[in-house]
Amino acid sequence: MTIVKRLLVAAVGALALAAPALAAGGDQHHPEEHTWSFEGPFGTFDRAAVRRGFQVYQNVCAACHSMKLLSIRNLGEKNGPFRVMPDPEHEGEVIEYTNPNDNPYLRAIAANYIIVDGPDSAGEMFERTGRPSDRFPSPFANEQQARASNGGAYPPDFSVIVKARHQGPEYIRSLLLGYGHEVPHDVHVAPGQYYNPYFPGGKLAMPPQLREGIVDYEGDIEATPEQMAHDVVAFLSWASDPKMEERKQLGLMVMIYLFIFAILMWFAYRAVWANVEH
Amino acid sequence: MSGPSTYKPSTGFERWLDQRLPIVRLGWDSFVDFPTPRNLNYWYTFGGILAVCLMTQIITGIVLAMHYVPHVDHAFASVERIMRDVNYGWLIRYIHANGASMFFLAVYLHIVRGLYYGSYKSPREILWILGVVIYLLMMAAAFMGYVLPWGQMSFWGAMVITNLIGSLPIIGGPITELLWGGFTVGNPTLNRFFSLHYLIPFLIAGAVILHIWALHVPGNGNPTGISVKSSRDTLPFHPYYTVKDGFAIVVFMLVFAFFVFYWPNALGHADNYIEANPLATPAHIVPEWYLLPFYAILRAVPDKLMGVLLMFGSIGILFILPWLDTSKVRSMRYRPMAKWFFIFFVVSALILGICGAMNPDDPSPFFGMSYLWVARIFTAYYFAYFLVILPLLGFIEKPKPRPASIEEAVLGPRAHAAPAAAE
Ligand code: HEC
Ligand code: HEM
Repeated sequence: MTIVKRLLVAAVGALALAAPALAAGGDQHHPEEHTWSFEGPFGTFDRAAVRRGFQVYQNVCAACHSMKLLSIRNLGEKNGPFRVMPDPEHEGEVIEYTNPNDNPYLRAIAANYIIVDGPDSAGEMFERTGRPSDRFPSPFANEQQARASNGGAYPPDFSVIVKARHQGPEYIRSLLLGYGHEVPHDVHVAPGQYYNPYFPGGKLAMPPQLREGIVDYEGDIEATPEQMAHDVVAFLSWASDPKMEERKQLGLMVMIYLFIFAILMWFAYRAVWANVEH
Repeated sequence: MSGPSTYKPSTGFERWLDQRLPIVRLGWDSFVDFPTPRNLNYWYTFGGILAVCLMTQIITGIVLAMHYVPHVDHAFASVERIMRDVNYGWLIRYIHANGASMFFLAVYLHIVRGLYYGSYKSPREILWILGVVIYLLMMAAAFMGYVLPWGQMSFWGAMVITNLIGSLPIIGGPITELLWGGFTVGNPTLNRFFSLHYLIPFLIAGAVILHIWALHVPGNGNPTGISVKSSRDTLPFHPYYTVKDGFAIVVFMLVFAFFVFYWPNALGHADNYIEANPLATPAHIVPEWYLLPFYAILRAVPDKLMGVLLMFGSIGILFILPWLDTSKVRSMRYRPMAKWFFIFFVVSALILGICGAMNPDDPSPFFGMSYLWVARIFTAYYFAYFLVILPLLGFIEKPKPRPASIEEAVLGPRAHAAPAAAE
């Protein structure tokens, strides 16, 4: 390539990357491309995939990763995965549960959790079963306890994890599926660490998670590692940006409105300036 | 303002008010009847766009401040609460966060316009200086605003910048301690940054009023750089420029809306969605895109103090620009040499921006030279443009012939035969 061309390519590349600056260099692999239902200006979340992903989160990831900023009720809010569900009595129809607190699916999910509440009128803390309005309980009492159970590493909170990584969905999917590569001889993997070329630095404290059949999916979708990775990332993407669909829908109206407004302003401008040389 | 007022109160109330507080007269003379050169192009619409940006930031900011909690333990979660639980909170926050970028985009185009058409030259030196003051205040507001969500880049950005100020001799230490409210970046820092972030936009609003006042004394410049000679050179601001600015504002809002609704985090850094952690330094600490060129200048010299001085100097130099440029010709349309040096200046500012985003030790596509050296070369050009090229060109360059008036520039030599339009 000529110098000019290389400069141009670099300039364009750098501008595109300037803000979300590059992750660590070395031999880190680029996240693998993947197609998501929520991509593009009209993309939406695949509710069924998000629900399956929630199952993976609950059964696997929640043992280590908290999701502090979300409440159970969020699952049943507008555009949430459990808001519109198949009607159990009428095949092919759906029911919309407009009040997340009365949503039977969420009440069932909440009932799995024991929440420490209080103090009561006697000043004592007490335990009760969860309610949809509760936050998702964290697996560890504090960061120190989490580190102590994970060989010194801290499993990050999941509330905004997809927005907190460059190319979030692709990166997390690649990371989850990125175990089992041959370890290069210049990399030393200590006990309690795992080689994963998608992770900055190549070594992380999280063991491989998605073994074939670790969760039981309803219906005939098979819980292969690829399927689970796809689903859990769909769930985490929803959790990080639950207003995405609302944002894109409103955006379309705003863009159309502004576009028409711009055309009208253009004609107004032409009309006002019609007889004026400038 | 320039010329006698043409305002005629039409109702009894307006007459009564006009004798006591001639505010309608002020508005009339400034934004309705104000004589404006007839040849302003779209580069001159960014002033109006900037006013819209400032209002947008203030309105969205006040709403955010109703929900935001300036405490290290709650700030990050409170911003996410705004995104999830406040009605349309996501919209307000994305408008505010992207609005800062749009504000800088507009101000850069506005400044580039000024540099090219020589808007800083007599009699508009004060107008230009007030603009540089606004720009500095914008940088302070944006820097402190970026600290508020208390993500990793918030925290470490604050750390880097406050430490820089600390490297100034004598005053550096006390200023840094005052900014921190302690001995490192912490809760007191976040509290005072919030307070200042709320204050500065109103200082900007004040400076904008002075800026417009200073504009309305000599009146607008124009792409030819020729001063207004007769009423045939101008048009009343309304409706001619209200409609043209209005059109430009709507187009600008289209771009703005595209980012807010479809690419809201593109201009931010993913690390700022990780809560601040004083114990974990991010691999790359980079400022927001609009500060990158200055970050590159800062890192271009090995000595920290020199870097800081050079960085402040790169903006400080703008204050004396009206006296550095020795050419009598305002517009670079008629300056065959200055034009090319100017274009190269804009390119180098962009390249400096790239250098600011890169690791200084990495090789660049520029002959494989490290980004550090690329930054050094273009930093040198940045300063040379102001300190060597512009002062000398005024003596060396032979300007092209200029039209006698705006009217002639617009209508050609038949100007005098044509009837005065729109009068
Ligand atoms: C046994 C505990 C454990 C389980 C279960 C677990 N993780 Fe992790 N995870 C960790 C630890 C520990 C880290 C921190 C690794 C490090 O920093 O070295 C981590 C880090 C991560 C990261 C962040 C990587 C980065 O870029 O910083 C992601 C994403 C992640 N886990 C996803 C998942 C998903 C998805 C699941 C469920 C399918 C899951 N984890 C299950 C322990 C766990
Ligand atoms: C010159 C105008 C302004 C600029 C350039 C500006 C810039 C910024 C920036 C860059 C952020 C960080 C956004 C993010 O990443 O989340 C921010 C946050 C914030 N700003 Fe402003 N701002 C301006 C005016 C105001 C005003 C007038 C107020 C209040 C009255 C305000 C209140 C806030 C609050 C509460 C936050 C924290 C919430 C958040 O991070 O989204 N801002 N500002």
